[in-house]
Amino acid sequence: MTGRDLSWRRLPSRRAFLGQAGAGIVLGAAPVFAETILKLPLPGGPQERTITTAFPQKGPMILQRTRPPLLETPMEVFDRGIFTPNDQFFVRWHWAVIPGEVDVGTFKLAVRGHVERPLALSLADLLAMSRIELAAVNQCSGNSRGLFQPRVPGGEWFHGAMGNARWTGVRLKDVLDRAGVKGGALAVRFNGLDEPVVDGAPDFMKSLDIDHALDGEVMIAFAMNGEQLPLVNGFPLRLVVPGWYSTYWVKMLSDIEVLDVPDQTYWMATAYRIPDTPHASIRPGETGIKTVPINRMVPRSFITNLTAGAAVQAGAPTLVRGIAFGGDTGVGKVDLSTDGGKTWLPTKLGTDAGKYSFRQWEMTVTFAGKGSQTLMARCTNNAGVTQPDIPNWNPAGFMRNVIETTPIAVN
Amino acid sequence: MTHRILTFSLLLGATIASQALAQAPLQPKSVSVDLPVGDRMFPGDTAADAINNNCLSCHSAGMVLNQPYLSRAEWQAEVEKMRNTYKAPVADEDVPAIVDYLAKRSAAR
Repeated sequence: MTGRDLSWRRLPSRRAFLGQAGAGIVLGAAPVFAETILKLPLPGGPQERTITTAFPQKGPMILQRTRPPLLETPMEVFDRGIFTPNDQFFVRWHWAVIPGEVDVGTFKLAVRGHVERPLALSLADLLAMSRIELAAVNQCSGNSRGLFQPRVPGGEWFHGAMGNARWTGVRLKDVLDRAGVKGGALAVRFNGLDEPVVDGAPDFMKSLDIDHALDGEVMIAFAMNGEQLPLVNGFPLRLVVPGWYSTYWVKMLSDIEVLDVPDQTYWMATAYRIPDTPHASIRPGETGIKTVPINRMVPRSFITNLTAGAAVQAGAPTLVRGIAFGGDTGVGKVDLSTDGGKTWLPTKLGTDAGKYSFRQWEMTVTFAGKGSQTLMARCTNNAGVTQPDIPNWNPAGFMRNVIETTPIAVN
Repeated sequence: MTHRILTFSLLLGATIASQALAQAPLQPKSVSVDLPVGDRMFPGDTAADAINNNCLSCHSAGMVLNQPYLSRAEWQAEVEKMRNTYKAPVADEDVPAIVDYLAKRSAAR
C-alpha cells in the first residue's frame, strides 16, 4: 500500500556499529556498516530509535533498550497478517540477569507450595501431557506509553509492544491437578529464570487468583506459531494468560508456587497497579486514589496500511485496512471514520481466529474532496465495550486504548 | 559477540489440528546464545562520570536517553526509586551529580 512507511522517516546513517557488527553479519539482515533510524511520532520526543538486528533469533526490531532488552515490533509487521512472526515479536525484560543457555535435557519446572505432591517436571514430562492451542494477543501494560500527555517515564513505546501468536502448551490446570492443590489455596505465583543484578532487589514474579489459574484457559506454552519460543521471548516455557496484559505472561517459567496467603510481593503489591477508576484514568497530579493490580485488556484497533502523512488519491477507491482485538473477549465490530469522528461506517471483518486473537478488518473508501482528512478506527468488543474517544492518563502510562487517529492527505 | 544458536525451529506445522497435536513429534532443542550487552556510554565527559560509573551495571543507557522531558524532581524520584526499590548501589555523594546530569540534559533538549 502507498504510504506504509511514511510515519517513520527512514534515515540510513553510517554510525559506528558499536560492537554489534558481528551479530549483523551472523543474522545477515542489515548492511554491516549502516544503521537504520526511524522516528516514532511521540509528542515532544525524543523520536529517533535504531532498528536493531543484533539480538539472537530476532529479525529487525525497534531498539528501546539493549540490556535488559526492550524491543518493539515495527508497525508494518502488523499489516502482513494477524499472526506476529516470532522473530519480530516484541520483547520486554525487567532484570538483566537472563540465562543465555537453556538445556532441554536438564531444565525443570517446579510446582510447589500449598500442594499435595511437589513436582519437578522436565520438558519431556510436559510434552507427554495433553495439549491445547490458542491464538492470543500478548500486549505490554505500557504499550503506547510514549503517546501519553503529559508524558510519563518508562519504556517509551509506540504501538508495537504487542503481538499475536498461536500458542501451544498444556493447561496450567492440568499441571496443578497433578500436584494436587490443597484446600485453602488463594493464589498461584509464577517465577522465571531471570534474576535481579543486585542482591536484595525484588525478583520478578507475578501471581493469579487460584480460580483464574484453574480456569483451564491459562496455559504453560512451549511453542508459539508452531515453533519453540525465541530465548528472549521466554524459551523454553512461558505462561499464557489469555485476555490479560503481558506482565502476567511470565517468561522462562521455572517455578510455580501455590499460595495460601495473598501475594504481597513487590510486582503485585506495588508495581503494575492501576487506578481503580474508569479506564484506569486520573487527572495528572491527582493522589490518594485506590489502586488494583492491572488485569484484563481492553479493545483496541489500528490502521496498518496507511500511516500518518500518507497521501491518497481523490475520487479513486482506496483500501483502508488494519487490525483490532477485543481485549478480554472477541472483536464485535470495527467502525471506520474518514471525517475525524463525525460519522462512522462498519468495516468488513477478516478471519476469526478466536476471541483473544487479532482480527483484520478493511474497508474501501473513495474520498470525494481534496485536502486533509483524519482516519479513525474504533473497535467494539463482544461484551459491548467500545474504545473511548478521550485518552486515559495515569502515572505509569498503562492501558491506553483511546481511538487512534491517522491524518492523511487526499490529493 | 558471536551467536551460538544451536537450533531454534520445531517441526510443528502451523495448520495441524488440535487433535493431531497430541501426536505431533515436538522436540525442542537446547539454545545457547549471547545477548548484546550495550556498550553505549552516557555522553558528556566528566559531567557523565557519576551516571556512567553507577547506572550501567543494571541497564544500558538507551532507555534513559529515550525518556521525554522530566523535571528535576521527577529525575530525583527516578534515581531514588532505583536506589530504594531496585537496590542500585549508588553512593549518597553521587546522587546529586546523577540527578543534575539528567535534569540538565532533559532541560536542554
